[in-house]
Amino acid sequence: MAELDTSGGGKHKGGKVRSKKASTRVDLTAMVDLAFLLITFFMFTTTLNKPKAMNLTKPDNSVKTNQLPVAASRTMTVLLGGKNKLEWYMGEPGKSAPTVDGYGPNGLRKALIENGKAVASSHAAPDDYMIVLIKPSDKSTYENLVAALDEMSITGIKSYAIVKILPMEIDALKTQGLLE
Amino acid sequence: MPRVKVARKSTAIDMTAMCDVAFLLLTFFILTAKPKVEDPSKAEVPASSAQVVIPEDNVLMASIGQQNKIFLSFSGNDVRTETLKSMGEKYKIAFTPAEINRFSNTEIFGVPMSQIKQFLSLPTSELKGFEQRGIPADTTINNELSDWIITARKANRGLHGKDYSIAIKGDRKEQYPAINTVISVFEHQRLFKFDLITSLRAAPRR
Repeated sequence: MAELDTSGGGKHKGGKVRSKKASTRVDLTAMVDLAFLLITFFMFTTTLNKPKAMNLTKPDNSVKTNQLPVAASRTMTVLLGGKNKLEWYMGEPGKSAPTVDGYGPNGLRKALIENGKAVASSHAAPDDYMIVLIKPSDKSTYENLVAALDEMSITGIKSYAIVKILPMEIDALKTQGLLE
Repeated sequence: MPRVKVARKSTAIDMTAMCDVAFLLLTFFILTAKPKVEDPSKAEVPASSAQVVIPEDNVLMASIGQQNKIFLSFSGNDVRTETLKSMGEKYKIAFTPAEINRFSNTEIFGVPMSQIKQFLSLPTSELKGFEQRGIPADTTINNELSDWIITARKANRGLHGKDYSIAIKGDRKEQYPAINTVISVFEHQRLFKFDLITSLRAAPRR
């Protein structure tokens, strides 16, 4: 570090007075400290994981075309109730008792995969995929809807739609106490 | 016997290379840093396994949070200026240049038209404590939210010739009717494609 020139002038008797060459080395410790401090600050403040989005496409409700008749046995209806619970049934409403289920791998996902397989084995080739109708009730949360839509993409359901819930289905949720 | 002397080495290290790297990284982080916009809706987004990245600009986003309050944000300072002027004409409110300037710099807002004058005249320091009541909306064709959206879309089309991509950001605990209201407002304007903003959850193994 900095040193004082303590050698007196006695050495250069009669000779030239030479200016001492200063070292070109600078102590960088403080600068590096500061740089790393700022790096740490900026690293913690930047958000590296940008928010992701899920695509949702709703049908154009102003044109009433392309209404294909579909076998009721191929449709699965998922009723989103309150308390993070749902009910599902196959086929037409009121004909079969709905099953109460939860979200997640052992609830909705399992039901979707099993029903999908059952539909695929009981129908002929081009129309052997399952159609899922998602019917959110007024007590279901946005998280429930997103979870249900997410399960559709995870299980690879080809056609699904968000549909308005029927009064009959509201009653079905009520009897199970899922509409409070 | 002569002793073997261990040569003393200097403790000073050449830090030039380290310094170079440190400043290179520092420059990178400074240039990529983006100021975070305070979100008054405080929406806590649900998680999903969706991997689509939302576009950075040219987005019109409706946020729903804090018990059914609707907030709106759309990109482009010039679009915001134009939108406020048109909305002022429609709702018979005259805005001063200062208020218009303020609005063009407001990233996200959620106030009814009756409150907007007050909102824009507030000093910046009090903005955080100001309670925004949310933009009124219902499932009919004409409401304040749909007016804002159509005006903003028109302004964007006029100024940039582009159409906004629509994003919906909802709080996890918001109930479905609130979300349905916003979606039906978009549907009345013949917008049927949405990006639901979610946080990433690790994709499950099938």
